[in-house]
Amino acid sequence: MGRNLEDLFIFIGKRFLQLLPVLFGVILLTFLITHVAAINPCPRWYPKASLPVLEHCEAQFKLPILTQFWTYFTQLLSGNWGASQLGTPVYPVVASAFPATLELVLTSMLLMIFIGIPLGVIAAQFAGRWGDHLVRVLYLSGWSVPTYVGAIVAAVFLAPYVGLPSSGEYSAPPPFPRLTHMSVLDAILAGNFPYTVDAISHLILPAGVLAFIEMGNATRMTRSAMLEVLPLEYVKSARMKGLSNFVVLYKHALRNALITATTVLGVTAGGLLAGTVVIEEVFAWPGIGAYAFAALGGGGQPNFDGSIAVVVVFAIGVVVANLIADILYGVLDPRVEWR
Amino acid sequence: MASATVSRARVAAPRPSSAWVTSVRRPVVGFYRVMRANPLTFAGFVLVTITLVLAVIVIVDPSLVVPYQATQNTGVYKEPPTLFKWPPSIAHPFGTDQAGLDIYSAVVRALPLDLGIGIGIAGFALVAGGALGLIAGFWDEPRTLGGAVSTIILRTTDIFLAFPSLVLALAIVASIGRGIWAAVLAIMITWWPYYVRLVRGEVLAVKHLPYVTAARAAGVRDTRILTRHVLRNVLEPVVVYFTLDIGTVLVTFSTISFIGAGIPWPGPSPEWGSMMSFYQGRFLLSQYWWYITFPAIAIFMTALSFSLLGDGLRDVLDPRTRRALAESSAFHEPPQEEPPSAAIPPSTPAEEEQREAQAT
Repeated sequence: MGRNLEDLFIFIGKRFLQLLPVLFGVILLTFLITHVAAINPCPRWYPKASLPVLEHCEAQFKLPILTQFWTYFTQLLSGNWGASQLGTPVYPVVASAFPATLELVLTSMLLMIFIGIPLGVIAAQFAGRWGDHLVRVLYLSGWSVPTYVGAIVAAVFLAPYVGLPSSGEYSAPPPFPRLTHMSVLDAILAGNFPYTVDAISHLILPAGVLAFIEMGNATRMTRSAMLEVLPLEYVKSARMKGLSNFVVLYKHALRNALITATTVLGVTAGGLLAGTVVIEEVFAWPGIGAYAFAALGGGGQPNFDGSIAVVVVFAIGVVVANLIADILYGVLDPRVEWR
Repeated sequence: MASATVSRARVAAPRPSSAWVTSVRRPVVGFYRVMRANPLTFAGFVLVTITLVLAVIVIVDPSLVVPYQATQNTGVYKEPPTLFKWPPSIAHPFGTDQAGLDIYSAVVRALPLDLGIGIGIAGFALVAGGALGLIAGFWDEPRTLGGAVSTIILRTTDIFLAFPSLVLALAIVASIGRGIWAAVLAIMITWWPYYVRLVRGEVLAVKHLPYVTAARAAGVRDTRILTRHVLRNVLEPVVVYFTLDIGTVLVTFSTISFIGAGIPWPGPSPEWGSMMSFYQGRFLLSQYWWYITFPAIAIFMTALSFSLLGDGLRDVLDPRTRRALAESSAFHEPPQEEPPSAAIPPSTPAEEEQREAQAT
C-alpha cells in the first residue's frame, strides 16, 4: 500500500523539498518589490536622514541588480536583518515578538476548532432550515467584518461590559523571566497562578476576535464536508443500528468530514496572520503583527529593513502552516499513498 | 497537493429530485427556485440590488439621496460650538463630526468608490487569474511548450499564495508610495492567484469529459474547444466565487486605508476605511460612538450582502453540497417526471448540461 514508516519519511521529505523553491520565490519577490519596483526609494524610506546616509542608500541602489540580490539574500539567511531608522536592530525584536503572535494565532485556532467545527456540524444537521441559516449569518458576518472594526468594537465597547482587559499581555510587569515570550506559558512555567489567570484573561478578547473573523472557513468547510458525508450508506447504517443522533453525527460522520477540514489549517493561516497586524495593534499585543503594523507604515513612516523582515516571516509562517496541513492530511486520509 | 492524488469514490445512488437540479439550468425557473429555497440567498440578492441601485443614484445625481456636500460644512458651524458633535438626529441621521460635517452624506457618497474598488479589483483578478488558470489547466502535458508555461504559471501562483494578501499589499504600498492608486494596484497584484487555482481545477475536471473528447475527435481546434466548450462550463463556479469575493476585497481595501495608506480624509472623496481611521485615532470612541459606527455598518452591510448572495449560490451550484441539500426537507419538491433510469450517479453541472443537450 505504501503506507509504512519509511514511506512516511519519504512523504514528509518530498514535501520539504517542494517547499524550498517556494521559499526562494518568496525571498525573490520581496526583493523585487522593495528593491526594483520602487522609484526613487531612498527619500521615501529615510525621509529625515542626513545627507551621508542618503548618499550611502543611493549608492546601494545603484549597484548591479545581482550584487544587490546577493547581499540581500546572504544577509537574510545569516540573520543580519538590518535596523530601523532609529537604529533598533530588526532580528532580535522580530525573534522575541514571534512567540507572542504564535500564542495568539494558536489560541484562535483552538477556538476555531472547538467552536467553528461544531457550528459546521449543526449547520449540516439542519441543512436548509433555521439552524443552518443562523450559523450561516454568523460566519458570513465574521467574513464581512473588517478586522479593525471587530477589534475596536471588542476593545472599546465590549471589554468594559464583560470586564476583560483589552491591552497588553499582563496587567502588571511580571516578576518572572520571560523564557518563551508566550504570556500564558511563561506564567505557568514560573508556577505563578495569579499571573496565569491574568494572562489568559488578556488573551481571550484578541484571540476571540481573530477566531470570529476567520471562523467562516472552518465552519463552511466542515459544513460542506458533512453534507457530502451524511447521505452516504455508512452513516445511514449507523442510524439504522439505533445509535444516537449525537454519536452518528460527531463520531461517525464528523470523523470523515474532519479529514477534509484539516485543509482549513492551511487555508486560514494567511488570514489569521494578516489579522494579527491590526488586532495586535489595537490590543497592544507585543507580537510580530504590531511590529508589522509599524514597520509597514501604520505609524506614517514605513521602515525598510523591518518591512522586508516581516513580509518574509509572514510568508514563511503561511508556507509552514500549509506544509503541516498537507502532512496532516496525508497521515489522516488512508487513501493518500505516501510513496 | 495531497488532495489531488486522492481519487474520490463515486457512489451510485438515485438522483435526488432531478427536476429541481435541472431547473437550475433554466435561468428564470432556476433563479426563482434558488431564491425560494433559501431566504438568506434571497436577502443577499435584495441587498445587493439595493446597493447597486443606490450607487448608481449617487453617481448620477447625489442630491437625490444626499443633502450635503461631502466636504461642505452643514451649517452647524454657525451654531454654538456645542452643536458641532451632534449625535444622530432627524436632520443628521448619522450625526455630525467635530467639523460639523454630516456623516450620513459622507457615508453614502463613499458607496460608489468603495463598491467600484471591490468590483473592479475582484473583476481584474477574475479576468487575469482566470485566463492564466485556463492556460495552465488546458495545456498541461509535460515536455511541451504549454506544459512549461503552465508550470511557470503555477509556481508563480504558489509564491504569491505564500503571502497573506494584506501583508503583501501593505509592503507594495510602503515601497511604491501611498495613495489610492498605490493601494488599488497593491491589491490587484496580490489578488489574482486564487482565481488561477480555482479555474485550473475546474478546467482539469472538465477537459477529459466525453463532450470535449468528442469535439476534439470532430476536429475542432484547441482554442475553439477552450473558448466554446471548456470556458462555458468553468464560468459558473468562478462567477459565484467572484460574487463572494467582492466583499472580501472591500474589507481588505478598507483595512489598508484604515492603516493609513488609502485616501486622505477629510477630503473630496470619502472612503469608509479612511474615515474610520481618522476618527478612531483622534476621538474618544466610547463617547462619540457615531463617528465610526456608521462607516463600519456601511462596510459590513455591503460586504455581507455580497457574501450572502455568493455563499447561497455556491451552495446550490456545488455538486457535493447540492445532493445533500436536495435530500433535506427544505428542498422537497413534489416528485415530477422522474427519468426512467433511476440509478445515474450524481453528476457535475457539465455532465448535466451535456445530457440535456443530447436529449433535445
